[in-house]
Amino acid sequence: MRVGLVCPYSWEVPGGVQEHIRDLAEALMDLGHDVSVISPADDDAALPDYVVPAGRAVAVPYNGSIARLAFGPLSANRVRRWIKDGNFDVLHVHEPAAPSLSLIACWVADIPIVATIHGATTRSRALHAAEPMLRSALEKINGRIAVSEAARATLVRHLGGDAVLIPNGVTVRRFEKAEPLPGWPGEGGAIGFLGRMDEPRKGLSVLLSAFAEIGAARPGLRLLIAGRGDAAEVMARVPADLRDRVVLFGQVTEAIKVQVYHSVDVFCAPNTGGESFGIVLAEAMASGAPIVASDLDAFRRVLRGGRAGELFPNGDPHELAEAIGRLLDDPQRRATLSAAASAAVRAYDWPTIARDVVKVYEAVRPAGASLNGRSGASSGVPPSDPSGSATG
Amino acid sequence: MSPAAELVLIAALAVCGVYVSWRAGRLDRLHAKVDTARASLDAALVRRSSVALEIASSGVLNLAASVLLANLAHDARSAEAGRELAESDLTRALRAVFSQPEFGSSVAGHPEAEELLSELESTAHQVFLARRFYNDAVALTIAARRRWMARLLRLAGGAPMPEFFEIDDTLSPGEAQASGSDMTHLAS
Repeated sequence: MRVGLVCPYSWEVPGGVQEHIRDLAEALMDLGHDVSVISPADDDAALPDYVVPAGRAVAVPYNGSIARLAFGPLSANRVRRWIKDGNFDVLHVHEPAAPSLSLIACWVADIPIVATIHGATTRSRALHAAEPMLRSALEKINGRIAVSEAARATLVRHLGGDAVLIPNGVTVRRFEKAEPLPGWPGEGGAIGFLGRMDEPRKGLSVLLSAFAEIGAARPGLRLLIAGRGDAAEVMARVPADLRDRVVLFGQVTEAIKVQVYHSVDVFCAPNTGGESFGIVLAEAMASGAPIVASDLDAFRRVLRGGRAGELFPNGDPHELAEAIGRLLDDPQRRATLSAAASAAVRAYDWPTIARDVVKVYEAVRPAGASLNGRSGASSGVPPSDPSGSATG
Repeated sequence: MSPAAELVLIAALAVCGVYVSWRAGRLDRLHAKVDTARASLDAALVRRSSVALEIASSGVLNLAASVLLANLAHDARSAEAGRELAESDLTRALRAVFSQPEFGSSVAGHPEAEELLSELESTAHQVFLARRFYNDAVALTIAARRRWMARLLRLAGGAPMPEFFEIDDTLSPGEAQASGSDMTHLAS
């Protein structure tokens, strides 16, 4: 099958949606499909050969933080041309409501469209002005996928209709094995955090408060933080006598990220909301890290109600400190959680997920339509999938 | 005390009284000026977000740019505590939309484009002026209230201390400095 994937956020900037699209594209290609991705990116950026740049994204305020989106006329023209020349059987847009390429693609396309909704937000907005245009573009979508119950609930609340639930994938083999970073986790034990330090809903402040409590009680315990943000601003929130035990790695590469998960005794996901699935959580599970996470609905589900990782009441630093303390004192329990996490994450392994996504593609194609997969400039392996029964 | 000394004392007290009441009256007028300036600023901000919404619904822009502007214009209008941040966000989005490559040619054929864009330009300029005058009034008022006499005699009464309104309201940074004038700060 010939699939066009549309990414709304800058390809060069690491992010959950971008990684999802990359892994999905590669998993689909492994299954024999022909895939092209269009994404905001500079023309001279180093991109995989299946990614087409749609021009530079611009940092703008969106949904309570800053996102790099592409909404200019140049990008709109490139999307139009890419769809026209692509000869796709199905167009798969991601995060279609974000004012970027995906929305433009829905607006201009006249082929079957599948959309994946990643974000969950409780924020409601009234789109008085652009609403009629927005609605008619989004109504062209033939099949919708939500990556979590929370994302699905958001969609139902804001756009109406329903979606099939296909959780985010994680390429488990990439995370299973890695050496800890030199010197970690160390004698006194280590707690890990990965995510943007300056985005409140990632919950770093909850963890810092918890560390102030537990760090004071346990000399030698260290906190490893990897993610973008202002280091000085974070350190200012740590009690002075604990500062030498908080280690900031800044933004890390993929390879170091995997090592980070293997470098700590307890991995913490203190997110306070807005998280649709928590790719970080799935990666930590694939790495076999013992996890303590806030009890968001999405996290509770991924962690099998607490069997594959400890849950603490969202936003409560004291409870978080207690949960971390219990795990640090109980190596047996950590081993149990680690094994449970490794097993639970199999359901999110990419080859499994990609097959489910293909079923959705087949469902939105017009009955009896022939595949474009082997035509045009395609050089991929011939699709192995039967063009199964399709419904409009 | 001699009658002459008494007279001098009474005269001095009278002068003091007149002076204090004059200072109090001045402070009162300054507060009134702040209120008026604030009302103008609010009106200008509302006009600016209205035009942004109008542009978003006009079809002049592509759908992504329209939705971006509509979201932020709506946020700016409904923001209460976070008003400064929301208005700055709207400015940033407007700046981003209009500085895109090929922007000029993409709107060239649209019948409403020219009128809407020049209207936005003029409302944005009103915001720029109104904010400057408001902050100017606030600065004067704060300085007057910080004088020892105003503090000692509580000349401002229960009036709340006025606050500066700090937002990013320049649609095209650099141009104002380049031209040496505050009156031409927008992209053409």
